[in-house]
Amino acid sequence: MSSDADAPVDAGADSVEDLRAQVQALQEEVSDLREATDDDGQKSMTIIATKGTLDMAYPPLILASTAAAFGWDVVVFHTFWGLDILHEEKSKNLKLSAVGNPSMPMPNAVAALPFMDNVATSMMEKKIKENGTATIEELIETSLDMGVDLQACQMTIELMGYDEAEFYDGVTTGVGAATALQHMADADVQLMI
Amino acid sequence: MSTYEPTETLDVKGLSCPMPVVKTRGAVDDLDSGEILQVVSTDSGSMSDLKGWADSTDGVAMLEQEEAEEDGDAVFRHFIQKE
Repeated sequence: MSSDADAPVDAGADSVEDLRAQVQALQEEVSDLREATDDDGQKSMTIIATKGTLDMAYPPLILASTAAAFGWDVVVFHTFWGLDILHEEKSKNLKLSAVGNPSMPMPNAVAALPFMDNVATSMMEKKIKENGTATIEELIETSLDMGVDLQACQMTIELMGYDEAEFYDGVTTGVGAATALQHMADADVQLMI
Repeated sequence: MSTYEPTETLDVKGLSCPMPVVKTRGAVDDLDSGEILQVVSTDSGSMSDLKGWADSTDGVAMLEQEEAEEDGDAVFRHFIQKE
């Protein structure tokens, strides 16, 4: 009677020597794979932040600081208008758009008036203060303190005409899409905001 | 009242997400093994958030969570042990 267990492992393996060599090769392969995937169980997250309005600045920073509290390795790659979040001066003056915002209790024709973005922003800032919600500046300082890598895309820094010195201390500059992708490829969580 | 005797107390009253979790992390880092941190929060989301954080983070255990009313406000107390 023949069974799978009796079947030769490899048609070419006709001696004990060959089988020993095969087992050894497999053991080495398993050991290499274990080494390559051994990350101490630490989770990792990459967020791509592309928006520079007050409402869109919050989610990346809240998730990043919380993930850091979980002990995760976190990178937030800021590009295009997302750069304004890391820009020391601009980050304190992020605006909320009144136009095209269904949560605003006014028609778009009214929302499009020149001062309405400021009105909407002031309303939101008042709510943030009353609710005890952290400011963007506080969340940036907290994230940096906790070891979050806040990256500013070099190409868009130049495109927007910003100077590296205008960003918060501790922000990583001189990085591009390849750096972001490298971290994303190994990350457990990847988000584009 | 809780039966646990905290080593340290972290007051995050008035702060909302993500600050209770973020500040708890920092306070736990300052503890020695076996010590207990009491976190006092007014954020109702802290009940779920701090439990979730403690369950997913190595080296900490959520011993007890309780809700009480103080001066007409809901106050949430969390007892976290560093392992």
